Amino acid sequence: MKSHPLRMFLAGAALLASGFATAETPADFLTRYQTEARQSTPGFSASAERGEKFFTATHGGEWSCSTCHTKNPAARGKHASTGKAIEPMAPAANPERLASTRSVEKWFGRNCKDVLGRTCTPAEKADVVAWLMNSPR
Amino acid sequence: MTATFPARALRALTLVLTAGAAGLALADDDENKRLNINHPEYRSECGSCHIAFPPALLGAESWRAMMAGLDKHFGSDASLDAETSAVITKFLVANAARRDTAGSDGRPQLRISDTPWFRKEHRDGHDGITPGIFRSAAVKSAANCAACHRNAAEGDFSERDIRIPKNGARS
Repeated sequence: MKSHPLRMFLAGAALLASGFATAETPADFLTRYQTEARQSTPGFSASAERGEKFFTATHGGEWSCSTCHTKNPAARGKHASTGKAIEPMAPAANPERLASTRSVEKWFGRNCKDVLGRTCTPAEKADVVAWLMNSPR
Repeated sequence: MTATFPARALRALTLVLTAGAAGLALADDDENKRLNINHPEYRSECGSCHIAFPPALLGAESWRAMMAGLDKHFGSDASLDAETSAVITKFLVANAARRDTAGSDGRPQLRISDTPWFRKEHRDGHDGITPGIFRSAAVKSAANCAACHRNAAEGDFSERDIRIPKNGARS
C-alpha cells in the first residue's frame, strides 16, 4: 500500500476544495434556478407568493412540504413519520440553509419525489427559494 | 506521610469499586454497550430524518438490502449519490450484527423493530413497557429510540438512561 499516504493527501485536498466550492449564498440558488427556468420560459421571474402556495399545497398526494416543515419557514418542523425535529428552512433563521448545492439538490430531489411524485422544475425551485429568502427570522 | 495514607487508601478503594462496576457493566447484556455510530458521513446522512441507528442492530445482508432500496425507504425517498452510498454501506457492513437478521421468509429484515431481539427486549411488561406505548403521542413510533433511550442519538443505550414516558408525557 505505497500509494496510501498520497491517496489520503489527495482525498484531504479534494475535501478542502469541495468545502470551499460549497460556500454558496441563498442568492446564488435563486439566480441559478431562475436562469435555468428562463431556458424554457424566457422572462421568468421567481415569485415568493407562488413559492408559498407551492410549499403549502398538497400536489395530489398525502403530504405538502409544510406537513413536515410547517407553514412558517422560520419555525422548527417535525418529520411526519419519525417525529424527529427539523431545523427551520429560512436562511434568516438557520444559516445552514441554501448554503450548499450538494445539500439543496439532495433534499429537493428526495422531497419533491415524496410530495409530488416527480422532480421539481427549476421554476418551482426558484419560487420556493424566493419565498424562503423572504421569510423574516 | 501519615496524613496522606487515608487519602491513598480511599483512592485505592475507589479504584477497586470503579473496576468492579466496570466489570459488572461489561458482564451485562449486549445492549448496555455503547454502540458504534462513529462515522461522520453516516451520522449526517442517515441521522437527519431519524437518529443514526447503530449498525450492530441489523445483519450485513439487511444493511445491503437497505442501502440498495433508499429510493423507497419506509415511504420516503432517501436517495444518496453512489459514492456516499458506497462509503456508508461499507461502514454499516463492517459494524453489522454478527448474526444475520433474516425474516421467516428468508429475506433480510429491514425494520430493526421486527427483529426477534428487538421484540423480546421491548415486549409488553418488560422493563416497564406498557401496551400501546410505542403508538402513544410521546413515542409515536418504535423508530423513535430517543423517546425512552435518552442518549440514543449518541449510540448510548445504557439501561440507566432509559426513561419511559408516562401517560404520553415525557418524564
